[in-house]
Amino acid sequence: MTATTELNFFQAKKGLFSWIFSVDHKRIGLLYLYSILAFFLVGVSLGVLMRLELLNPGKDIMEAKMYNQVFTMHGVIMIFLFIIPSIPAVFGNFFLPIMLGTDDVAFPKLNLLSWWIYVVGALMVLSTLLFGDGPADTGWTFYAPYSVRTGTNVTMSVLAAFVLGFANILTGLNFIVTIHRLRTPGMTFFKMPLFAWALYATSWIQLLATPIIGITLLMIVAERVLGVGLFDPSIGGDPILYQHLFWIYSHPAVYIMALPAFGIISELIPTFTHRTIFGYKAIAFSSLAIAFVGYFVWGHHMFTAGMSGAARIVFSVMTFLVAIPTAIKVFNWVASLYKGSIDVQPPLLYALGFIFQFMVGGLSGLVLGALATDIHLHDTYFVVGHFHYVMFGGTGFAFFGALHYWYPKIWGRMYNKAVANVAFVILFIGFNLLYFPMLISGLMGMPRRYYDYLPEFHLPNMISTYGSWVLVTGLLLMIGNLIAGFYTSKEKIGRNPWGGITLEWQTLSPPPVQNFDKMPELPKGGPYDFENNF
Amino acid sequence: MKHHSGLVLPNSGHNRDAEASKLGMWLFLFTEFLLFGGLFIVYMVYRMLNPEAFLAASFQLNVTMGSINTIVLLISSMTIAMSITAIQLGNSKKSIQLLMITVAASLVFMVIKYFEWSAKIHHGLFPGMAVFNQLPKGESLFFYLYFFMTGLHALHILIGATFIGVVIHRTKSGRLNAGNYSLTENAGLYWHLVDIIWIYLFPLFYLIH
Repeated sequence: MTATTELNFFQAKKGLFSWIFSVDHKRIGLLYLYSILAFFLVGVSLGVLMRLELLNPGKDIMEAKMYNQVFTMHGVIMIFLFIIPSIPAVFGNFFLPIMLGTDDVAFPKLNLLSWWIYVVGALMVLSTLLFGDGPADTGWTFYAPYSVRTGTNVTMSVLAAFVLGFANILTGLNFIVTIHRLRTPGMTFFKMPLFAWALYATSWIQLLATPIIGITLLMIVAERVLGVGLFDPSIGGDPILYQHLFWIYSHPAVYIMALPAFGIISELIPTFTHRTIFGYKAIAFSSLAIAFVGYFVWGHHMFTAGMSGAARIVFSVMTFLVAIPTAIKVFNWVASLYKGSIDVQPPLLYALGFIFQFMVGGLSGLVLGALATDIHLHDTYFVVGHFHYVMFGGTGFAFFGALHYWYPKIWGRMYNKAVANVAFVILFIGFNLLYFPMLISGLMGMPRRYYDYLPEFHLPNMISTYGSWVLVTGLLLMIGNLIAGFYTSKEKIGRNPWGGITLEWQTLSPPPVQNFDKMPELPKGGPYDFENNF
Repeated sequence: MKHHSGLVLPNSGHNRDAEASKLGMWLFLFTEFLLFGGLFIVYMVYRMLNPEAFLAASFQLNVTMGSINTIVLLISSMTIAMSITAIQLGNSKKSIQLLMITVAASLVFMVIKYFEWSAKIHHGLFPGMAVFNQLPKGESLFFYLYFFMTGLHALHILIGATFIGVVIHRTKSGRLNAGNYSLTENAGLYWHLVDIIWIYLFPLFYLIH
């Protein structure tokens, strides 16, 4: 075949400008990967600093205000710069077109624009460090009235979140049109890989929820600049209205973070069990169901904020409904392992870690969704533990799993698998050491967002802080191993190192500029039918 | 094309696809509706909390000027729809003329808006001004929302007019023609959005009693 002499997308063009002005979805995906990982490491460092402050009761390394700014910066960076864009902007950009058997997204220039908007937004976030009274100290939720009154740089942080929203909207819009218009001939909706389904549901949320936060944040800016009482009660506003508007977006946004991770797990499990996924349609539809129901549960963030009893019951019931499609997915993944020929490789370990940690996160979410227990646990460390189990233990681990899974496809090399396994184990132990004690200290009644705590919470906090060191060790080993793999791996990886049957495994590693060197062939009998294709 | 060698897929993302660009525009319009939707929610909540104040404040607005602007925008929506038909039928010249009328209408709208706003500002009703600060709470919210929402809408008028300007330029240069007019259609869709949002803003601020 002459095609093997073809240049891959790294070799096709050289130079910085060929990257930062590239309209190739693969290069844009990697631009996102490098920028997102950089901010992830910044966010991790801030998290480690917070844990250090909480090692002992009283002041350890920073004052209260500094601590408030650190946890706000940690939240803003992790939410807006890491986890919301993470899987869609990196792996969605890189792999969605390849998995659909096309050569790019529907609007390549908009795609590039979205990365540039992301960069501008990120610079705006960082700029809050440099002037005035320093970065915002409101928490990433920017709750009014404090966000209207504080002297820190809330205006700039809020505008940054507004700008970053545009990047998400453009990515979501691009994916929906790509999925509708650019599937390879013969690939119907139900022959798409489940990752594409997950991105499809995610994109709709991005599109239909993000504008609400955009306009709400603009109202905060207007209130700060013009002094009109929209949300500050002392000048006639309603702070509860702000909370409603904020969570109308920000709760669906939780599914923007989680759904793509579900898509990743639905790819990893069939490939490493060499068996068709159990309940393809159930998984596909449950993504849409989560996206839909996710719109009607925002009130569960506000059970203690002042809502009618009837509203609280409705929001609580709706919250429990979300558990149904989510559990459908988990049961289907576990069922897919049954009688599979399980090949324990690093990506699968991350998928299994995901299932365990996501279940802890999901079940603790039900505890918070129930009215009676939430009254006690609201604004305690239980919430912090729950959130990190879902977001980091769930989406974060899925992100790492995807990185290990597609690494050979993206770079055409292989990392050291033994080291990768060790890194996973350290990461897994560190993660649980760090966050499980938070569930316990939360149950004991430790409130979140304080730089200090009572002596009786000392033990769980100590364990948490030690856990954070283990976690960071695991992270550094994992990233170091991936980087080392790029420079030391001698063997060239073939097209299909894992034996996957989705379309990306039919092309070269790394793929050529136009993604395929020969017309992609749909697997017989559906995207995961290993019996007929392996 | 951009490809170096080898395979060109039939379903390339670099092909021109009128359906895709129209779908993309519709999706973008959804986000615009929701952007204003957030403001409509805020308006609704504060109107329910302060019905008398909102009513009293609304009498300060000039219904005649608002009505003229509504008519101007409706006409402009008609002319841009006609310009799409014209280019579909291959009459680029007429399409350009109709687009020019649309842009002219948008300018008329902005001039009337300018006089309305400056009258309010003259009376000190802009947020932060002396009279505004003395207003009862509900009335100040009304004027705040009035400036915020009509201001955001006016910004959309300017963006839409610029968009139409680009379409005029490309039609003149022949890049848009009877075989390729999806940009004209998208400009039309966007302009109808600007129009329909005004159709809601006008009664909300000027008419309901």
